[in-house]
Amino acid sequence: MKRGIITVVGKDRVGIISEVCSYLAKDNINILDISQTIVQGFFNMMMIVDVNDITKPFGEVVDELDKLGNKIGVTIKLQHEEIFNKMHRL
Amino acid sequence: MINSLEVLETNTMILKENLDVRTITMGINLMDCADSDIDRFNENIYNKITTKAKDLVKVGEDIEKKYGVPIVNKRISITPIAIAASSTKTDSYVSIAKTLDKAAKEVGVNFIGGFSAIVSKGMTESDKKLIKSIPEALATTERVCSSVNVGSTKTGINMDAVKLLGSTIKETAVLTKDSDSIGCAKFVVFCNAPDDNPFMAGAFHGVSEADAIINVGVSGPGVVKKALETCRGKDFEELCETIKKTAFKITRVGQLVAKEASKALDVPFGIIDLSLAPTPAIGDSIADILQEIGVDYVGAPGTTAALALLNDQVKKGGVMASSYVGGLSGAFIPVSEDQGMINAVNKGALTIEKLEAMTCVCSVGLDMIAIPGKTKESTISGIIADEMAIGMINQKTTAVRVIPVIGKDVGDQAEFGGLLGYAPLMPVNEFGCDRLINRGGRIPAPIHSFKN
Repeated sequence: MKRGIITVVGKDRVGIISEVCSYLAKDNINILDISQTIVQGFFNMMMIVDVNDITKPFGEVVDELDKLGNKIGVTIKLQHEEIFNKMHRL
Repeated sequence: MINSLEVLETNTMILKENLDVRTITMGINLMDCADSDIDRFNENIYNKITTKAKDLVKVGEDIEKKYGVPIVNKRISITPIAIAASSTKTDSYVSIAKTLDKAAKEVGVNFIGGFSAIVSKGMTESDKKLIKSIPEALATTERVCSSVNVGSTKTGINMDAVKLLGSTIKETAVLTKDSDSIGCAKFVVFCNAPDDNPFMAGAFHGVSEADAIINVGVSGPGVVKKALETCRGKDFEELCETIKKTAFKITRVGQLVAKEASKALDVPFGIIDLSLAPTPAIGDSIADILQEIGVDYVGAPGTTAALALLNDQVKKGGVMASSYVGGLSGAFIPVSEDQGMINAVNKGALTIEKLEAMTCVCSVGLDMIAIPGKTKESTISGIIADEMAIGMINQKTTAVRVIPVIGKDVGDQAEFGGLLGYAPLMPVNEFGCDRLINRGGRIPAPIHSFKN
């Protein structure tokens, strides 16, 4: 299974998770795992998503999530999981 | 399972510590473009380069997006033109440089390297023509890089070429004097040049290589520096462990990018070059690492030891992370491209002589050093000869990229812009060496060339 890691960082407000999740659902990206904390008013979320059946090129999703982040005032980053596996595992 | 601390660590490296893949370089063989007619030759090389590399930039950008890691440069290296063009009937190779420039612009790469000659033992007619064309070629093109290999451990040093290049560098400086002699920043003289170096200005596609190849240069001095901050005051064992671990992680990113690019472009993966290469950006400096290891400024006593340690540990950590390691693989110590080095020169801590000593243990050599425009041709040749001798005797690659900035002197500053940065002019030892340079001929290969 090809998986992507989404990280969302920024000032907390109502509806961040909802906005990100609706976007993912629209593009047929299934969420496998979410962990989220709020430290001193700062929202910090990491999601593991399934990008197997994604409906558009990966790069386009990266750009759109970036735009969505700008709209709601947080930084959203999607990366293919390989970079973390390769860097931190033997 | 992926753990959030690892994700955080990777992203901090990318966002705050300038972790990047410095370059994806596609090596392209031009031997099959040979033609006696210069126009036909130009057409052939233009077509081959623009066909082979047409997707290079796009593939690079896709990989950047996929993993969220910047790939700073996409570049091309080609068969040394003095070899590829040797059957071409013409007096000057300037039109070839212009064709290469056009091809580079067409595919969108920022540099194309290989306007080069390998003359470690002797010069062919084609080599002479190429060297003669260098000043004009570099002055009239934007993206073409040039190099000449003038010596090796197995052949000795071609001192006729060393002499000739002193005046070639000076001429290039004069032709580009309106932009602080920037032409010289695109030219490097080598001893023991590797065939698979992805870093400019010295990249070329050696004759030992396949038709096309993908080489990747990794970087990340900022990441190493940050990691070392955690072991202030600790002993060398811990220091070395930290550098090794960090180098491993950086190299793994390079290996991932290289594999991916090679698959997407259907071009075999060549090597990962384990060099730490600085940029003028704050926090992306080799000098900062050396200072973190324990010298107040680069150039202070202890600097060479610190650099030797850094280089060795980067190799030890990186070698396990990639199946094929090659190129230069070590730390670059350019002056203009590294803010920490510039500060050290301004403080008076760093001199050309100390840099020369440091090149005995670093990967390359005297790199991006601005010197007074009035420096004599023979003095430049003398600097080259010294550096080549270090490479020849120590069986390592060494290089010289000095920029005599016409119209400026010690105390002035040369501005090159972009990744090349700026540099304070450094004083040069002005005592003469004309008699040595004017002897002509070759310095014989050292005794260990007979190691068989």
